[in-house]
Amino acid sequence: MDIIKFVDEQFNVKKEMPNFRSGDTITVHYKIKEGSKERIQLFQGVVIQRHGVGAGESVTVRKISNGIGVERVLPLASPAIEKIELNKVGVVRRAKIFYLRGLTGKKARIREKKM
Amino acid sequence: MSGIIGKKIGMTSVYDANGKIIPCTVVEAGPCVVTQVRTMELDGYNSVQLGFGERKEKHTSKAMMGHFAKAQTTPKRKLVEFKGFEDKKSLGDIVNIDIFLEGDFVDVVGTSKGKGFQGVVKRHGFGGVGGQTHGQHNRLRAPGSLGASSFPSRVFKGMRMAGRMGGDRVKVQNLEILKVLTDKNLLIIKGSIPGAKGSYVLVEK
Repeated sequence: MDIIKFVDEQFNVKKEMPNFRSGDTITVHYKIKEGSKERIQLFQGVVIQRHGVGAGESVTVRKISNGIGVERVLPLASPAIEKIELNKVGVVRRAKIFYLRGLTGKKARIREKKM
Repeated sequence: MSGIIGKKIGMTSVYDANGKIIPCTVVEAGPCVVTQVRTMELDGYNSVQLGFGERKEKHTSKAMMGHFAKAQTTPKRKLVEFKGFEDKKSLGDIVNIDIFLEGDFVDVVGTSKGKGFQGVVKRHGFGGVGGQTHGQHNRLRAPGSLGASSFPSRVFKGMRMAGRMGGDRVKVQNLEILKVLTDKNLLIIKGSIPGAKGSYVLVEK
């Protein structure tokens, strides 16, 4: 396992990233290509899971856009991810909060941790 | 064909210049020692025997100890002959992964993971019966007919049936080498290769 870790560190540049977990609200700045132009787009939402380790680590972010739930799975080691901001620290009791998918409105709120 | 013996470490992924994720396998390959050189005059064919991996002396027979002593090396775990090595090798030479370059295409030979006793659907890709209703109740993955009746009155040899699956020698051709880490003896090969983690594989150019 150590050799795999070594290879991951060799070829995937480690990015500065806040320490976040499920229940937190984050903003992901990621590059998208439109033809030849490159620009940065933001995606803000609640982290509902962190999955995998090393080069394969990903995060699933969920938000409600115009009344419709939208989820994005973002590979954290990807060079397309420019920056991640931690907006809110939420209090949840489990690592995967898929139960949020079935909740709407006031039920879908997450208690915020007082800093 | 030049080659080297290695150990499968495991899989990970790297990103290419376009930001695309590429699955890859890490192989710890070499350094290998030439333990025997077979020549046309002596053996009737040309090949080079390589040794890889350390073996304890107490687990090595006296006969094999003599074989390794000839090449002036410690006992090795895995010995493999490679036919048609590109450059001339002599006894005791070291073969390193610098015979490979980034972007080379290689073949990888390994022993596939054992799957145990498997039915025809998994082992040979049969379709199964197809439906779950209309009277089917216990034959969803059955092989069906094995052949005709009174002629030939037997089942042909080689008929595909259930049985042991996996644990075979498998060669995967044309895999690209993404990276060569010479100081750590690591090869990073695009895609997957046969075998379990920690199993020995042959990388051939």
